[in-house]
Amino acid sequence: MDLSLTPEQEAFGATVRAWLKTNIPREWKPMGSSEIPRAEQYELLRRWQHALFDAGFIGLTWPKEYGGRGLTFMEELILQQEMALAKAPPILNVLGVGMAGPTIVAWGTEEQKKRYPAKILSCEEIWCQGYSEPNAGSDLASLQTRAVKDGEYWVINGQKVWTSFAHVSEYMMLLARTDPNVPKHKGITYFLLDMKLPGVTVKPLRQITGEAEFNEVFFDNVRVHESQVLGGVNNGWAVGLTTLMYERLTLGFGLQVRLRIALEGLIDLARRMEKSGRVVTKDPVMRQKLAQLWIDTECLKYTGARAITKLLRGEMPGPEASTGKMAWVDTHQRLQELAMEIEGPYSQLWKGSEWAVEGGVWPQSFLRSRANSIEGGTTEIQKNIIAERLLGLPKD
Amino acid sequence: MDFGFSPEQEMLRATARKFLENECTSGFVRARMEEPAGVTDEFWAKLAEQGWLGLVYPEEHGGSGLGFVDLTVLMEEMGRVVMPGPFFSTVLLGGLAIREAGSPAQQKEWLARIAAGRARTTLAWTEPSARWDAAGVTCAAREDKGGFVLNGTKLFVLDAHLADALVVVARTGEGKTPEEGVSLFLVPKGTRGVEVKLLPTMDQTRKLCEVSFKDAPVPADALMGVKGRGWPALERVVERATVALCAEMCGGAQRVLDMTTDYAKIRVAFGKPIGTYQGVKHKAADMLVDVENAKSLTYYAAWAVDENAPEAALAASMAKAYVTDAYRKVAGAGIQLHGGIGFTWEHDLHLYFKRAKSSEFTFGDATYHRERVAQLINL
Repeated sequence: MDLSLTPEQEAFGATVRAWLKTNIPREWKPMGSSEIPRAEQYELLRRWQHALFDAGFIGLTWPKEYGGRGLTFMEELILQQEMALAKAPPILNVLGVGMAGPTIVAWGTEEQKKRYPAKILSCEEIWCQGYSEPNAGSDLASLQTRAVKDGEYWVINGQKVWTSFAHVSEYMMLLARTDPNVPKHKGITYFLLDMKLPGVTVKPLRQITGEAEFNEVFFDNVRVHESQVLGGVNNGWAVGLTTLMYERLTLGFGLQVRLRIALEGLIDLARRMEKSGRVVTKDPVMRQKLAQLWIDTECLKYTGARAITKLLRGEMPGPEASTGKMAWVDTHQRLQELAMEIEGPYSQLWKGSEWAVEGGVWPQSFLRSRANSIEGGTTEIQKNIIAERLLGLPKD
Repeated sequence: MDFGFSPEQEMLRATARKFLENECTSGFVRARMEEPAGVTDEFWAKLAEQGWLGLVYPEEHGGSGLGFVDLTVLMEEMGRVVMPGPFFSTVLLGGLAIREAGSPAQQKEWLARIAAGRARTTLAWTEPSARWDAAGVTCAAREDKGGFVLNGTKLFVLDAHLADALVVVARTGEGKTPEEGVSLFLVPKGTRGVEVKLLPTMDQTRKLCEVSFKDAPVPADALMGVKGRGWPALERVVERATVALCAEMCGGAQRVLDMTTDYAKIRVAFGKPIGTYQGVKHKAADMLVDVENAKSLTYYAAWAVDENAPEAALAASMAKAYVTDAYRKVAGAGIQLHGGIGFTWEHDLHLYFKRAKSSEFTFGDATYHRERVAQLINL
C-alpha cells in the first residue's frame, strides 16, 4: 500500500496545476454547488471543455487514435484532484464524456470510433441519454419506444422523458425495442441518434428549480440508418450495462471533486453566516455536521482509490466500485440540507432578491439535489443491485 | 499509487483467518468471557509463535519490524472472531508506549519479552472523569527521595489485572497548557500501593479495571522519556492504537454482514428466503456501504501513521468517527435482520454488538472525533 505518486505522476500533476492556474476562465465563480451545469453557464463551459481538450486534459484513459491520451485511471485521478484543488469549472458534455464515449470506444465499429469520441471530448457534439420513458424508469428494460426495420433504415416511434441536455444535444444514446417477441432484456438495440433528424421533437420540462434542464423527446417516424446501431441489433441491454463500471468510476471521480468544491464553498458560507449571534463554525452542532461531511467526502476519494487500484492491477472490481453513487448521493443531499440550515431564514430568498445569500445559489442547488437519488438509477435500485450482485441475495 | 494489500499481506490474512477459525472459535471466546484471564497460556504462546505479538516491533527487540498496514490485516481478522485477551492492551497500548517513549533500557527489558509472549502490559491513562484530553490527567506523581510517589485513580484500564507492567500517565507538574507536566511511568506489577480491581463489563471479551495508587513509590528510572513531556508520545501511541482498533472493528463489521447475508439467503418467511424482500435487501446494502467506507478510511489511516504523514492525526480521527458509527449501525442491523434468534445469548451476534459498543467508547466516540476533525481542518 502506497499512496504516494511516482516522479512521473508528480510531474503530470504539476503540469496540470500550472495549466489550470492560467487557464481557468476569470468569469468562473465557484460557488454553491451544482454538479449539473446551468443554462446560463453553457457557453462558458463549452469553451472551457474545448480548452481542456486542446490541452489534452480530458479523455485521458481513452485510446489516442480516438482523441484520448491512452493513459491510466491514475492520471485521471491526479487530474481530477488538481481540478478539485483549483476549484475548476465542470465540463459541459457530462453524459457524452461519462457514458457515450466509453460505450462507443468499447462497442463501436472502427468507423463509429473514428467519427464520434473526439468530438465528444472537444464538446463539438453534446450527447444526451435516451433511456427513461414515461412507463420505464427503474424498470428500464420494459421500455416501449419501437424501432422497425425498413430497408437500410430503422423507423423509430415513441417517447423518452427526463432527458437532460436534449435541448442542446447533437446526439442521443437511444435505447429502443427492436424485437417485442423475446424476453424484455433481449429485444433492445442501442442507437446513436442524430437529434436533427426529421421527426425528433424536444419539449423542455420545467422542473422543481423552475429551470428546464431536462426534456421530453418524441419520435415520430424517425428514420435512422442501420450504420447507427451500436454493438449489434438486440444487444442494447449488454451495451448499456457493460460500460457502467467504467462510467461509474470516471463519473465517480468527477462527482467526488465537485463534492469537495461544494464542501469548501459550504465551509466558506459557514464562516460568514451567524446563528444566534455567533459565527456558524463556532456552533458545536454545526461543527459536528460539517466534520461529518468532510469525513464522508474524503471517504469517497479513498473508496475510489481502492477501486482504481484493483483496476490498475487488472483485477475484477470489488464491492468498493459499486457503493460510490449511493454514498455520493447521501453526502451531497446532506450537504445541501446543511447549506439551508446554515442560511436559516435566508434560505427562503431566491435569486433576484438583494437579501439572498450569494445570489441565491444554495436554495437552487438544494432543490436540484433532490434529483440525485433518482437520476442515474434510484437509490432503491442501487440498493437492489448491491444486494443481488454483491451480496448474492436472491432475486424476487 | 497502490491502495491495496500486497501478496504477502494477503498471505498474512489467509494464515490469520485459518489460525483464528481453528483456535479462536465461538466456544473458546465464550469460555474466556466467563473467566478473568480472558486468554489461555496455550493460546497466548501460539500468538507469540506466529510472530504476531511482536509484529510491529523492531527486529532488534525480537519483533518482525512490520508496519501498521500489515497490522491492519491481522487486526481485521482478530475482530472477525471477536478475539478476547490482552493482545490489544499488551501489544498496542503498553508495548507501543514503551516503544515510543521508553528508554533504551526499558525497551530492551520489555519489548522482546512481550514479543516472545513472556510479558503483558497495558496503559493506565483515563480516570473517572472519562476525559481523553490532557486536562483529564490528574493522577499525581510527586518527586520524593530521588524517585516518585503516585496517587490517584485510573479507570477503564484494559487488562490491568493481567499486566506485568503498567504504563501510567500521571501529572508531575502544571504548565501553561494541560499537556505540559504530563509524564509516563513504567510501573511493574506488585508495586506497593497499587491496587487493581477487575470490573464487570457489558462486553465480557474486554476486561476493564480500576487501578488505584495510594502513595505508590516508583524509582526515578521508571520515568519514560522526559519529565513533563509525555503527552506527545502518548498521543502518538493512542493515534496508532486507534487505527488498529478501527481495523479490528472493520473485521467485526464485515463478519456481521457475512453472517447476516448468509442467514437472509436461507431463512424462509412467507414462502421465500427473507433476502428476497427489499426491506431486507436495502438494509443489507446499507450495511455493505458502511463496511466498505469504514475500510477505506481505516486503510488510509493505517498508511498515514505508517508513513508518519502530516495528516496522520486527521486520518485517525476521520477513521474512528466513521468506523464507530458504522460498526454500531451494522451490528444493530445484523440483530434486526436475524429477528429473535439474533437477540439470544446462544447466537454470536451479541458478541459483535457488544464489542462495537465497547470499541465506540475506547479512545473517544464519534462525536469526540468529529470535533477533532473540525479542529484539524481549522473550522
